[in-house]
Amino acid sequence: MNSFKKNLLKKRYNAERRFQWYGKIAIGLALSFLAVFMFQIFSKGYSAFQKTWIVTEVHYDKELLLIDAESPSKDDLENADYYDVAYKAMTSLDPGLPEEEDRQLIQMVSYKYEAEVKDLLLKNPDYLGKIVPIKLTASDDVDQVHKGNYPRDIPEENRRVNDYQLQIYDMLNERGDILSEFNISFFTSPDSREAELAGIASSFMGTVFSILVCLAFSFPVAVLAAIYLEEFAPKNKFTDFIEVNINNLAAVPSIVFGLLGLGVLLAVFNLPRSTPLVGGITLSLMTLPTIIIAARASLKAVPPSIREAALAMGASNMQTTMHHTVPLSMPGTLSGTIIGLAQALGETAPLILIGMVAFVNTIPGTPVDPAASLPVQIYIWSESAERGFVEKVSACIMVLLAFLILMNLAAQIVRHKFEKKWS
Amino acid sequence: MNLILVTFIILLAFTSYYFGRKKALVIQSSQRLTALPKFYGYYLAAWCAAPALIIFALWSVFEPSIVKTFILQDYTDQNLTKNELQLIYTKVKALAAGTYTGNITNFLDESANKYIQLKGIANSAKVAIILAILIFSLSFAYRSVQKNDRMREPVEIFLKWVLFVASLGAVLVTIGIVFSLLFEAIRFFQAVKIFDFIFGTHWYPAKTFVRDGQPDPELMKDAFGAVPLFAGTFFIAFIAMCVAIPIGLLSGIYLSEYAGRGVRKYAKPIIEILAGIPTVVYGFFAALTVGPFVKEIGNAMGLEVSAESALAAGAVMGVMIIPFISSLSDDVMTAVPQSLRDGSYAMGATKSETVKKVIFPAALPGIVGSILLAVSRAIGETMIVVMASGLAANLTMNPLESTSTITAQIVVILIGDQQFGDPKTQSAFALGISLFIVTLFLNVIALSVVKKYREKYE
Repeated sequence: MNSFKKNLLKKRYNAERRFQWYGKIAIGLALSFLAVFMFQIFSKGYSAFQKTWIVTEVHYDKELLLIDAESPSKDDLENADYYDVAYKAMTSLDPGLPEEEDRQLIQMVSYKYEAEVKDLLLKNPDYLGKIVPIKLTASDDVDQVHKGNYPRDIPEENRRVNDYQLQIYDMLNERGDILSEFNISFFTSPDSREAELAGIASSFMGTVFSILVCLAFSFPVAVLAAIYLEEFAPKNKFTDFIEVNINNLAAVPSIVFGLLGLGVLLAVFNLPRSTPLVGGITLSLMTLPTIIIAARASLKAVPPSIREAALAMGASNMQTTMHHTVPLSMPGTLSGTIIGLAQALGETAPLILIGMVAFVNTIPGTPVDPAASLPVQIYIWSESAERGFVEKVSACIMVLLAFLILMNLAAQIVRHKFEKKWS
Repeated sequence: MNLILVTFIILLAFTSYYFGRKKALVIQSSQRLTALPKFYGYYLAAWCAAPALIIFALWSVFEPSIVKTFILQDYTDQNLTKNELQLIYTKVKALAAGTYTGNITNFLDESANKYIQLKGIANSAKVAIILAILIFSLSFAYRSVQKNDRMREPVEIFLKWVLFVASLGAVLVTIGIVFSLLFEAIRFFQAVKIFDFIFGTHWYPAKTFVRDGQPDPELMKDAFGAVPLFAGTFFIAFIAMCVAIPIGLLSGIYLSEYAGRGVRKYAKPIIEILAGIPTVVYGFFAALTVGPFVKEIGNAMGLEVSAESALAAGAVMGVMIIPFISSLSDDVMTAVPQSLRDGSYAMGATKSETVKKVIFPAALPGIVGSILLAVSRAIGETMIVVMASGLAANLTMNPLESTSTITAQIVVILIGDQQFGDPKTQSAFALGISLFIVTLFLNVIALSVVKKYREKYE
């Protein structure tokens, strides 16, 4: 072999190796995007599952509570004035502070601290007249300081926590009066303007209701439509039209469905705004084509021999379909449905258009109560400037992703456990 | 009221099912049944529920507009515009419901009373008619059960109709989309010239906000030019494709031609996770991490970068789109017949030469289709842009500045309370229909290309 040919061959082999590397790099890039992404979310979000408390002492002084009765009833405790007691509980942390500076101490706990002082007494009526320790929710700024997310070295006027508050915080921390516990209230309380009090309960329920409504509307219609198109439809122009229609509908941008919900469901049918009912119906229009396509594919996968056997036994077309083909296709249909619902679960834009971005600080009990949904909650929180919301958003994302992973796992399990392999 | 009526109909249908089945067993003692006993039950239940529910649905759809015509009849001599009439009707309804807070004129009070009266009449009429229909259709069906007519065929025909109507659902959604968009968009184009919308270069709808009276037509002319939005949309989609096409295509080639079964089995679904992450999550990621990162790099290089840059939004969108391209192109390349590869190897070509000169050209239509679908996806993407690329519609080709897109503007306009009949709100629908047309166009081409390609090798 002469050197020219050798060189050429070498070049070609090098090109071959290079090309293979390009492919590896591309896959590596795609996977590393995913890894960086997950790392970012988890590293920012895990701290939201911890809640910071400030421990102080509260004196349930009858005089300050304005309770006159000798042995006060539940109502007396309910109607007592907790303002001074709660105020004193916080200011007692630094008795030397002049009165006009007291705000600085009060700002270290959430604005609901008075209610927390009240709740403790209502739960333990025998604390009346005693001095007892109490846990108060720390404000989100103190919370962020405690979690180390807050740079201390920037100038005081750019900080939300001033030097004096930091000094008090350090003192409490040394004494062990700053507690960090699992943040149950993140899961049980509704949205709030204050990061330290905000939870996902309202948006979680909103999501659950929307998904249930979506399922109730889209699943029956989609399955029936798929049965018709796959088993009964004559081959003509109109069925072709329906088919093209469904394929295109699956690729229409989600925001267009939001416009449809706004223009038809809200403006024409006057359904209640901002509710999971409207959100669910809007999402169901979106998932309809996805489920139809999945259901048709799994109907198609049922071998013709099954149908022929049923027909040969004298079953009618309808009986063959309803008794044999449809039950056999159900695993595929169900897993397609779950995947469609998982897609709908992550949708934000259509829900924003039908008003599910309203600030909701109650937990919805029915699908016709105003609510947000998890993705919309992510959007709302990420728009707020407060630092405490960043970790809340990440935590909310983690909950949403967990939800999605569960649904996709369910789809996999349904498919693998129940699907029959025809071969 | 409505709920009770529907529940009643459904309960009655269930009862008639059991009744029909029992009746069949009675008939069985004297003559041969024409079908299984349960079909007698289905027959009765279908005749019970279907006509009553259809009439109920029709009634519920038409009742409000009929009542409205009756109420507004009293106002025809006052020479009012359509909007004023609508306002009066809303007031009357609110007054009747006891939620009206404005001052109550005699006339309004009278109308509200009439409204309550009409509603009452309508309600009792509805109940009466539905009961009559129930009695009529049930007795009709019962007679044919008694006569022991053929039972299975009618039930199956009925079921087939139910299936057919369900399959119309998808068509109905499309019709709903087109009409709801068209309806508002046409009203928008009555206020703003379509020419100004398509060719205007200045988008600033907030300018047209006027508390009372009509906005200035001169202002309107200059506020709704959609060119910056179209440009921004395609620009961000272009950036996204610059990220997604090379990575997606090379991954697809590697997966289909080089990767072993093990790698393919795990790598493909993991990459597809990227497409399953909700877009709002990407938006947060783009706004919080990628945006500042791009800005830092730009600043270090001495460039002026806005915190919300088209580059950040486009790049993150590109990452989201990678799996659309990689999975689809993997599928189409795997579908290329092995004989083409064998032929190429037999001529002494290396693997990469085979990919570049044989498989890629053979799979090109399918790959183009997948790219078109990805573009349509990028154009329709909303949340990433809303959260990461700013909301001011700049006409710019600088990836470091912020731009806005059609979808982002729709969200900006419609977030919060909307005022129907306001050109600003209507403009969102005009944007919506242009978005719908563009994506539909891309989808139709992509789907037909892919379909043609599939036929070629099957």
